Amino acid sequence: MDEGLRSELQKQGVFVTTLEELYNWGRKNSIWPLGFGLACCAIEMMAASMARWDLARFGAEVFRPSPRQADLMIVAGTVTKKMAPQVVRLYNQMSEPKYVIAMGACAISGGPFKQGYNVLKGIDRYIPVDVHIPGCPPRPEALIHAFMTLQEKIDAQQLKGEGRPRHLDPDAPSEFPIPEYGEHDLEPPKNPEVWRPAVVVR
Amino acid sequence: MESLEQIKSRIEAAVPGARIEIVPNDSPSGQRSLLVDREHGFAVAKWLRDDPELRFDYASNVTGVDWPDAELTEKVKVKKVVDGVEQEVEEVRKTVRPGYLEAVYHLYSMERKHGPLVLRMRTANRADQVRLPSLTPLWRAAELQEREIYDLYGIVFDGHPDLRRILMWDGFKDHPMRKDYVEPDDFEYEPTPHDEVLERARRHYPAGLKQ
Repeated sequence: MDEGLRSELQKQGVFVTTLEELYNWGRKNSIWPLGFGLACCAIEMMAASMARWDLARFGAEVFRPSPRQADLMIVAGTVTKKMAPQVVRLYNQMSEPKYVIAMGACAISGGPFKQGYNVLKGIDRYIPVDVHIPGCPPRPEALIHAFMTLQEKIDAQQLKGEGRPRHLDPDAPSEFPIPEYGEHDLEPPKNPEVWRPAVVVR
Repeated sequence: MESLEQIKSRIEAAVPGARIEIVPNDSPSGQRSLLVDREHGFAVAKWLRDDPELRFDYASNVTGVDWPDAELTEKVKVKKVVDGVEQEVEEVRKTVRPGYLEAVYHLYSMERKHGPLVLRMRTANRADQVRLPSLTPLWRAAELQEREIYDLYGIVFDGHPDLRRILMWDGFKDHPMRKDYVEPDDFEYEPTPHDEVLERARRHYPAGLKQ
């Protein structure tokens, strides 16, 4: 609807909205994260939820102990190859609509352990990530920034059409294959439907 | 605490047949250690724990070391006849020291308030004879650390109550802390590749990467 007409109507005391806006407004202000930490980033995540940074201002203070009740997975910390299948399984168990924030250098790329044999080089090799935050660890402000970025992303989602989110598209996958423990590495080492290697252009 | 030489002679008297060697240390700390043979390792460790003078009742740290095959060079003076005249000539001799795996125990005594005593044991080689006696029955603290050595170096500890992998998963085949471990080639784009990483980057991005 036309923005000018809407503000004119609001001045006259008539509030006009769309179902889509109301739906997204409700969703973006009640993102419940999964209470789930892997390493030192989790300490910053806890700090962000406490009184000083107060994540409750964004409607996201309810850290759920069960993936069934959570909307958001904050991958806070180093994902070792031994832990990766469990992370993907937890993500699969979350109900749609679900979102992922990859928090910290380790979760987005492997971080200081990138050259190591035991650490996954970014959780986006197996599950779709909505917001990446760099930092080692990122400060609570950075996590709050990621929340606000995610809120903007949810706010802009359309209920119909090509750009509609995954949970409104019956053909889009809701579950992602869980990697198996192989003899030398995880099998497969990445999910090609989710992750493609960067193309170097120089 | 007594000197290592005294301890060595007392062990040799108490545990007949034990072959003890004092391993020198050239670093500034100069901390020497006792090298014990595999067959008598358990008996020597038990004696160190129970001897009333020493009473090493606390194993603070257990770790592993991988020593690959090393080429040693030494200069030897040899007398040779050169042009009818006998001369002393320096020759460089190369010998190959076969590799082995080593378990290192750091022992302290809470009762006598002394330590550490560094105890080493070596396997016969790095391939098929990789067994050592477990000291977990003597010091329970060694249990998880011996499992970690088994996991990352591949030393098999005889007498360990629960020898399983601890850090890597059960189906894993390699021992990642060994020097000749080849890690899976899952290279990912790096903004500033260099050295080995640059070589791998060239394999993955043959045309696009010019540096």
